[in-house]
Amino acid sequence: MPRSLGLDRPLLTVVAGLVLFGLVVLYSAGQTDVPNFAARGAWERQLVWLGIGAVVAAVAFRFSPRLLEWASLPVYVTALFLLALTLVIGRGAGTAASSKSWIYIGGHAIGQPAEFAKLAVALMLARHLSGLREAPETLRELIPACLIAGVPALLVLAQPDLGSALVFAGILFAMLFWAGVHPMLLLLLASPIASLLLAFNWVTWVGWMALLMVGLIAWRPYFWEGVAVFAANSAMGFIALPIWRKLEPYQQNRLLTFLNPEVDPQRAGYHAIQSKVAIGSGGWFGNGYLEGPQKRLAFLPEQHTDFIFAVLGEELGFAGVVAALVLFFILFVVLVRIARRATDPYSSLMVFGVLGLLFTHVFENVGMTVNVMPITGIPLPFFSYGGSFLLITATCLGLALRAAWDARLGGYGDI
Amino acid sequence: MNEFHPSRLRERAVRARWVLAVAFLVLVGAFFRTQILQVDRYRLRAENNRLRQVPLQPARGTVFDRNERVIAETVPGFSVALLASSTDSLRQILKRFRSVVPLDSADVEAVVDRYLQARYQPALVLGNATRAQVAMLEEHRAILPGLVIQSEPRRVYPRGTAVAHLVGYVNEVSQAELEGGRYAGARLGSVVGRAGLEQEYDDSLRGAPGMRYIEVDARGRLVREQGAAPPLPSVPGHALHTTIDLDLQLYVDSIWPKGQAGALIAMTPKGEIRALYSTPAYDPNSFIGGISRAELRRLTTDPTLPLLNRALQVRYPPGSPFKLATAAMALKRGLVDLHTHMPQGCGGGMQFGNRYFRCWKKTGHGSLDLLGAVAQSCDVYFYQLGLRIQLANILSDGVTMGFQERTHVDLVNEAAPIWPATTEYYDRRYGPRGWSNSVVLNLSIGQGENTQTLVNMVRFYAALAGDGKAPTPYVVRPDTVQSFDLGLNASQLDGLRRSLIAVVEHGTAARSRLQEFAVAGKTGTAQNADKDRDHGWFIAFAPAEKPEIVVGAIFEFGGHGSEVAPYVVRSIRRYLLGPDSTGGDRPRRITLPGDPTGAPVERSDSAGPAPAPPVPLLPETR
Repeated sequence: MPRSLGLDRPLLTVVAGLVLFGLVVLYSAGQTDVPNFAARGAWERQLVWLGIGAVVAAVAFRFSPRLLEWASLPVYVTALFLLALTLVIGRGAGTAASSKSWIYIGGHAIGQPAEFAKLAVALMLARHLSGLREAPETLRELIPACLIAGVPALLVLAQPDLGSALVFAGILFAMLFWAGVHPMLLLLLASPIASLLLAFNWVTWVGWMALLMVGLIAWRPYFWEGVAVFAANSAMGFIALPIWRKLEPYQQNRLLTFLNPEVDPQRAGYHAIQSKVAIGSGGWFGNGYLEGPQKRLAFLPEQHTDFIFAVLGEELGFAGVVAALVLFFILFVVLVRIARRATDPYSSLMVFGVLGLLFTHVFENVGMTVNVMPITGIPLPFFSYGGSFLLITATCLGLALRAAWDARLGGYGDI
Repeated sequence: MNEFHPSRLRERAVRARWVLAVAFLVLVGAFFRTQILQVDRYRLRAENNRLRQVPLQPARGTVFDRNERVIAETVPGFSVALLASSTDSLRQILKRFRSVVPLDSADVEAVVDRYLQARYQPALVLGNATRAQVAMLEEHRAILPGLVIQSEPRRVYPRGTAVAHLVGYVNEVSQAELEGGRYAGARLGSVVGRAGLEQEYDDSLRGAPGMRYIEVDARGRLVREQGAAPPLPSVPGHALHTTIDLDLQLYVDSIWPKGQAGALIAMTPKGEIRALYSTPAYDPNSFIGGISRAELRRLTTDPTLPLLNRALQVRYPPGSPFKLATAAMALKRGLVDLHTHMPQGCGGGMQFGNRYFRCWKKTGHGSLDLLGAVAQSCDVYFYQLGLRIQLANILSDGVTMGFQERTHVDLVNEAAPIWPATTEYYDRRYGPRGWSNSVVLNLSIGQGENTQTLVNMVRFYAALAGDGKAPTPYVVRPDTVQSFDLGLNASQLDGLRRSLIAVVEHGTAARSRLQEFAVAGKTGTAQNADKDRDHGWFIAFAPAEKPEIVVGAIFEFGGHGSEVAPYVVRSIRRYLLGPDSTGGDRPRRITLPGDPTGAPVERSDSAGPAPAPPVPLLPETR
């Protein structure tokens, strides 16, 4: 029976669509009036990476969930080791020239361990959460999961790479949710972060704390947990300023310009403004493929990597943007379906972790181009040029395909 | 594990899809806002990002004389500018630029200044580049990124210095002027009028600048010069049709004695200016495309003040030509008629109070009537006439006859004359007891607290030559010509004209008589408070019986009235008879030692009515 070797056709189709769409935009990103050697040949190099990616996905597809479950811990430990190593011998490159995020061997950039660590965390969390008897119901029970994601997140933050750290949080929350943790508990877990962000204004912070009190009383967690959450929120409020001062100036600027890009239009706000200008000038149907003036004249920063979505917005307009977002949405819905039908909790959680990983990337990357999210240098799956992340994406999809393939024969199935 | 029971998973999958849907709707909403709702704003910003405006200067209107001959015109020229992304890169490019076309370091600083004023516009380097320079620069375009060469209209004054003070000059408007709003509609880089007609009629001459767009990249480097966006064409300025007779203007320039500072105005009795000449002058062409610093320094530090328009920016003591005003006041008040003699004959001066007031002629004129006193310019007669009118009346009549006000000629920077309106002026200046009635003696002969511009004096004589109405002089005909009445009746005017004819026929300017027609005029030699040397005046009109042209001239520190007269008379002849009449003749230079006005030592107490034209001519004396 031909059924594409039993591969999940919706997933393959939507991925093929995204890959094609991505290549088309990446090609355009290289067509400039101003010499841009990094962007010009990027689509050809991306083709090579796609070839390698296909192989990697095929290899990942061969891993059975049991083997994967077994390998999760070693992979995770390796990832931690590589992250720690990166802090020591890492160097900057490409779009993150000022941070230590690349590992070099013999002068060649080998890869960004942070990308690898994202997948490792998803696998490790899947292993941990699938091993639990009941879904965690208290904050205490969430501690191991938080540690699994938190340690690499801290290591990545130290590079510093805020964007990737956010991805770890995304993976963690997605997987906790899929493991059955009550959404209110997730909100409590996230509350200290909200406290941290709101602490920059005394009034908003007091408001937040009052709201939190009401929430705690209404939901009634265990007493000590309630106290702990409240204490954590208070502590965040107090350490917010010291943390702020410890941030690198460029990070501070990015956060500030997220709130108002016009604070420093020539420097810190430049990316945010130029990206919005390019996208905004696209209108309904854009300036035409290959024709975006902002892109052609190099006003768009990092147009073949971090800001490739702005090229899409400028040249293909709102219609193109919606098309891309619809493709991504379909991808995630397909992944939800695969996770739901997976044969076992590990596979299910792993697929949902992959979903969390990709979704965080998409939301953060697309969001920053229109100032919905702060600017961080994380790539857009299928669109941004870049080998490390492409291979991780390929692995993720290989694993998801495997989970779907397994489910074809049995699993929970539809009821 | 019960959490992975299909029904629970299904529940969570629904929730997960909701979360995803909301997240994507947030993104779609953000894009909708940016791309659809705010599209105009961002399109504009995108255009501003990549397009740089290059102003297209309009062609300035041509200035014509009354016979459609060109006084100032606009021809094609080239301007060279540089587009740069930063001061440093501009300096680097300029360094290379200097190896192609030499610039001095001050020029470089000027370019940097212009760049700092408008970073997104090409900074002008050469406002008036030659074809050779343009060719050299084109050849080196590769090493000069951001080089913008464009053809630009260039102002040309074919007659140069001869028309300088009349037409003025143009140059680039300054930042301060733009901010001050002095030149409405001008933009940075606009060329505006600086003096004379160019400034007075700048609004109509200038036209409106257009704009073309060039495309630059994120670092401000020029990517595309043509076709980046449709250009906005400039609107040329309006032509200006003046009343000037260019032939006369050039003739005056050609006969004017070399090195003599002064001015000449020719106008019709109705106020149409036919020539307006002032010298020393500058070459208005030298300001085009930015005057060189050396040239500007020379012009501004030159002790002869070549930038000063002596026809209307300088006040001189009017001297004897003012005696006609005194006479007009007396006639108007009915105090005298043409044949009235003064009680005291001229014996070379008169005693007033404790001072002795001299007449210019030491030997005296004897007893003269008004006609003879004008013809001989007798000071003693006018001292007494002034006393008869009385100081307060002289002052108020001077105001009504226009000696305290500008003429409001349509040329910029006319100086206001000085004339005391009331005796308070003397109280303020000298203290209530610091002056005596003797000031009236000085005033009545055109000295004292009275200084007038040439244009104001010529206007007064235009009123005498015409119907007694003093017109507001003009170079470009206004819709309505303003004038005011001196208040003299026809016979009084006729009398004054006859006295002026007598001046030329057998009075102080007799050597300048013409064969062809009668000239009426008045010489003057005005003492100057500051310098030893006197100013020579001559104001005349002709033909005396039906005046068509009034010409007044002043030689600064240089002469006696009778020396000025020949130039004025020759200008009149040229105007009335045309070029053929004056072919090769030269001014007759007359020098009479020992006579401050250069007047012929001829007594004219034959106070009869002046001979009516055509004038029976006395044989020329040498």
